[in-house]
Amino acid sequence: MEREIVIRMEELTKLYGQQKAVDSLSLSVAEGEVFGFLGPNGAGKTTTMLMLLGLTEPTSGTVRVCGFDPARDPLKVKKIIGYLPENVGFYEDMDARQNLRYIARLNDIPDRVSAARIDKLLEEVDLAKEAGKKVGSYSKGMRQRLGIAEVLIKEPRVVFLDEPTIGLDPDGTNRMLELIRSLSRERRMTIFFSSHLLDQVQQISDRIGIMIKGKLVAAGPLAELAQRGLGLEEGESYTLEEIYMKYFKEA
Amino acid sequence: MHGILTIYRKEMEDHFSSMRFLLIAALVVMIGVIIASMVGMSMQEELWGVAKPTFVFLMLFTSTGKLFSFIQFIGLLGPMIGIILGFDAINRERSGRTLSKLVSQPIYRDAIINAKFLAGVTMIAIVMVSLVLIISGLGIRLIGVVPGAEEIWRLVIYLVISILYISFWLGAAILFSVVFRSTATSALASLAVWIGLSFFVGLGGGFLADAISPIKQTADMAEATSAFVKNAEIQRAASLFSPMTLYGDATSTILDPLRKTPRSFVLMGPLERFSLSRFQNPLPLGQSVVIVAPFLISLIAITLVCFGICYAVFMRQEIRST
Ligand SMILES: Nc1ncnc2c1ncn2[C@@H]1O[C@H](COP(=O)(O)OP(=O)(O)OP(=O)(O)O)[C@@H](O)[C@H]1O
Ligand SMILES: [Mg+2]
Repeated sequence: MEREIVIRMEELTKLYGQQKAVDSLSLSVAEGEVFGFLGPNGAGKTTTMLMLLGLTEPTSGTVRVCGFDPARDPLKVKKIIGYLPENVGFYEDMDARQNLRYIARLNDIPDRVSAARIDKLLEEVDLAKEAGKKVGSYSKGMRQRLGIAEVLIKEPRVVFLDEPTIGLDPDGTNRMLELIRSLSRERRMTIFFSSHLLDQVQQISDRIGIMIKGKLVAAGPLAELAQRGLGLEEGESYTLEEIYMKYFKEA
Repeated sequence: MHGILTIYRKEMEDHFSSMRFLLIAALVVMIGVIIASMVGMSMQEELWGVAKPTFVFLMLFTSTGKLFSFIQFIGLLGPMIGIILGFDAINRERSGRTLSKLVSQPIYRDAIINAKFLAGVTMIAIVMVSLVLIISGLGIRLIGVVPGAEEIWRLVIYLVISILYISFWLGAAILFSVVFRSTATSALASLAVWIGLSFFVGLGGGFLADAISPIKQTADMAEATSAFVKNAEIQRAASLFSPMTLYGDATSTILDPLRKTPRSFVLMGPLERFSLSRFQNPLPLGQSVVIVAPFLISLIAITLVCFGICYAVFMRQEIRST
């Protein structure tokens, strides 16, 4: 069965002055897929995401999210996507529940619908006990989990996560990865996430893209990258790190 | 539509619990009431056993007591309310990293600015209306007159002008909060513009006028007069750039229907000045409105210009959460 393409980028380019932050990027992601976007600092991962969200305009090229152009139809895109920025902020003097309710209201979800969803989400991200505390007192990990809850409150079709595991302890990281995985498996959400932590990307991604200095140097399932990048046959062992380092040295 | 309402509600809650706003509002209400009650008490003495002049109630707002009148005070300190309500409207969200979350929700970006502006205007209206109501209550007690229908109308128009005037400053402050990333910078920029337009335009106008057309003591009467008139005209033109002066002129025209000109620059004896600068009979309400209409229109126009710049800068701006 052919799956629907939800994210499509063609020859996408973003210039900052003379610098090419993203250089003719072509890529598509199918529905329900977990796409891991890998790259060193300054590779252009965040910039790509901003263009997908319509938060910055591409210099050239096309972007489509569920068939809509984020620059021309921003509201249609924003209705169906959830975005976790790389350094998510909250209204510090409100508690978790109030922050979530505000986001729900901005999405035109009535309070009586959101109340039940909020309770369920707080359980899911393990914040139910701290839900009444002001967010100002939250630790980094709690903030990150609250950020995920805010993304999910509107039940999006496509989720963009910019370095979702940054600042989490090993246990928190594993639970975050499990949650991301289940979003795709159980709720058929499409996940586009960025990271520079190789083993995490390896663990949960259906497909992986490696971006270096604005260029997408490789994209595909892990096994395929290994075959093409390292010239390995099926059955031989490899790690994503070897593949990544190879591309990194080439670039 | 839901976006603008939701943000409006949150902003209102924020304002009501904002120490900064409560302090400035308390300060303005306190000083305003003190000024008006001082005026009221001295009027109580002066009017003892004398027939009350027309529009005596409005004098509560226009008479200069020991320092300045109520309307002068609002002209001076009112902009602070607008600035405090608006100077960090957008860049607070930027530095708190909530802005990129906000703009990725299904709402139009201009809804964010509009909602914040409307919430600010509501707060301004609440402060001004309650201030005028408190002073009216005091006035009824102190001088024992109930305002007539026309006096009430004039007060309502005064309120509209004041709310517009302070909202202009709110709009300007919001503009700075869009343009500058740091809240300290936008606060300073708003203050600088406030001080510049309120005080230095008048001074600068005076200097300019004296430089271009100095007032000379010559024997030739016609020459001296024309220099004098030209000097005054330049000062007047310069004052058009000062919202505070414009506001003062407009409100005194509305609240003091007996005066011919908002300012008298001719030097003469007090009695003579009084008779020359005041009408025998009050200017009808319609006429007063016609006089202040251009002021109202220009205030609305510059507020709209502020908004235009806000939209132009903010609508297509890249929003990163770093
Ligand atoms: N507003 C801007 N003006 C100029 N250059 C910018 C701007 N924003 C980003 N850049 C440049 O674009 C490039 C890509 O940045 P981007 O934030 O997309 O990287 P990233 O892959 O997300 O990196 P990280 O892993 O550190 O988050 C960087 O070299 C950066 O310096
Ligand atoms: Mg980044």
